[in-house]
Amino acid sequence: MSTPALRIVAAGPGTTIQDSGRHGYLRFGVTGAGPMDALAHATANLAVGNAPGASAIEVGLGGLSLAADDGPVTLAIAGAPFAVTLDGQKLETPLVLTLEPGAALSLRAGPTGAWCYVAAAGSFVLAPVLGSTATHTRSGLGGLDGGPLKAGDRLPLGAGAELGHTAPSRLIAPWLERSRDVVRVVLGPQDDYFAPEVVERFLTQPWTLSGRSDRMGYLLEGEPLTHAGGFNIVSDGIAHGAIQVPGEGLPIVQMADRAPTGGYPKIATVIGADLGSFAQLRPGASFRFAAVDIATAVAARRVHAEALERPVERVPLIRTELSSEFLLGLNLVGGVVSAKAPIA
Amino acid sequence: MSPSPESPAPERSGPRLLDAGETALVAEFGNEVDPTISDRVLALDASVTARALPGVRESVPTYRSLMIHYDPLVIDRATLAAEVTALAQAAPAQARRGALWTIPCCYDPEFGEDIATIAATTGLTPDDVVRLHSGARYRLYMYGFAPGFCYLGGLPEAFATVSRRLKPRPPHPPNVVMMAGGLASIATVSMPTGWFLVGRTPERMFSLTRTPTVLLDVGDELMFEPIDRATFDALEARAAAGEVVARREPQP
Repeated sequence: MSTPALRIVAAGPGTTIQDSGRHGYLRFGVTGAGPMDALAHATANLAVGNAPGASAIEVGLGGLSLAADDGPVTLAIAGAPFAVTLDGQKLETPLVLTLEPGAALSLRAGPTGAWCYVAAAGSFVLAPVLGSTATHTRSGLGGLDGGPLKAGDRLPLGAGAELGHTAPSRLIAPWLERSRDVVRVVLGPQDDYFAPEVVERFLTQPWTLSGRSDRMGYLLEGEPLTHAGGFNIVSDGIAHGAIQVPGEGLPIVQMADRAPTGGYPKIATVIGADLGSFAQLRPGASFRFAAVDIATAVAARRVHAEALERPVERVPLIRTELSSEFLLGLNLVGGVVSAKAPIA
Repeated sequence: MSPSPESPAPERSGPRLLDAGETALVAEFGNEVDPTISDRVLALDASVTARALPGVRESVPTYRSLMIHYDPLVIDRATLAAEVTALAQAAPAQARRGALWTIPCCYDPEFGEDIATIAATTGLTPDDVVRLHSGARYRLYMYGFAPGFCYLGGLPEAFATVSRRLKPRPPHPPNVVMMAGGLASIATVSMPTGWFLVGRTPERMFSLTRTPTVLLDVGDELMFEPIDRATFDALEARAAAGEVVARREPQP
């Protein structure tokens, strides 16, 4: 019998395979890529027993439809509150479920949030490129063929795919409920390219996310910032979350698909703990920056790391979301009334 | 330039340490394109790599600084900063002498599509553009922007007035040789660009289907050897089959 596989029935343009990223090759100009919301990506993986950085599907605003081939596939969905339907029935996220062959699962963008993750128990069998399956479409690295997922693609499941049949259950992941009004930054490394009052304005005025944003950079709209001197610096390294200010003064936050180096002053850097929630902003959303010190950034990071050290608990989705006919149809009624059961 | 006797010699001062968030520390040796600064960046890079501190993920050498990516839950900022300062003090002014490479380059108008524009901008003849470009010795200061994108210093002064394109050009062919803003470059992966195209090399500066994936080390030097179209086609076929067609020159 063939190995079970997840088949892409339809995929919006922003759907890619991402693992924790391609590390060790920034020095050769190779972008790290990886998930836009690493916390949601790791949560989905952990919920189906995978390593937190395993290969999973990142779904953008264009949505995704999936089917299981050659056997059932147990999946977790976490991230933005996308509208998830199983054979037309709405399901509450984040969740875990087993997708049977013949069933249709679809994810469509909901009212808020930009990125949602689908992890499969056993993850996917994909050939790593430079140690990673993370897709970087601009340079054509990772995923199945260097590009986004498209209708007809098959993702064979890895060992451990037989996690067991799982009734649709909601994941208890309160750490994914994060503020989107304030984005915390550490000032620098080139805040001295701006007058103190301009840095102050950067931190106090509202910013709006531009519709031209993508996995490489989030473009901000607001009153432009002025440089104290020049705006062309001799290129240096770019960290994930670096906020570049090009000549016209509108900041660009450097996201997962950023180039490893660049030549504009970087006024500040979004802290790691806020990168995922910032990535989940939709174009048109407004927010403010707030400066914190390194110790605060590290403490916030530790809170997230500790949340992921415990098993992800789940509660069966019962009558609130599913009709009894639907449950009978799935032959699941006997299994769903047990108490919430953490899975390894 | 005449440094006053009071000013400290730049090669003796330690790097400036700057934070790029809580996961990257920048050791900055200067703010210009200069082989002495680059040598110090590369010497620290070699020391940091050899030290292999737990929690240090990777380092990225650039023209003027070394970016050290780290996991602050494994190594704290103060410990890393102290280690980097000590390593910078102990590091030699130059860690290694770079190799010298000859990179074949076809300047035919089909590939060197901007040579006429460069000639018009600089007042040189197209032949002079090729002669000056292929007569210079370049240094690979850093990779960046895209896999195998080589930032080169050493472009002749005659090209200093060649700025960047007003509007980016649509994606260029792979393995192109370019100039802009007083710098030269080699771009492996097809991308939109603001640089001007001078020629095309059959060599791959980065290839996933060849060992080694990356040919040149940062700090290496290179020269371009003009080749005609027939030679380009022959070398292109060999390079496509995984052969290295650039030459590493013996150095005394």
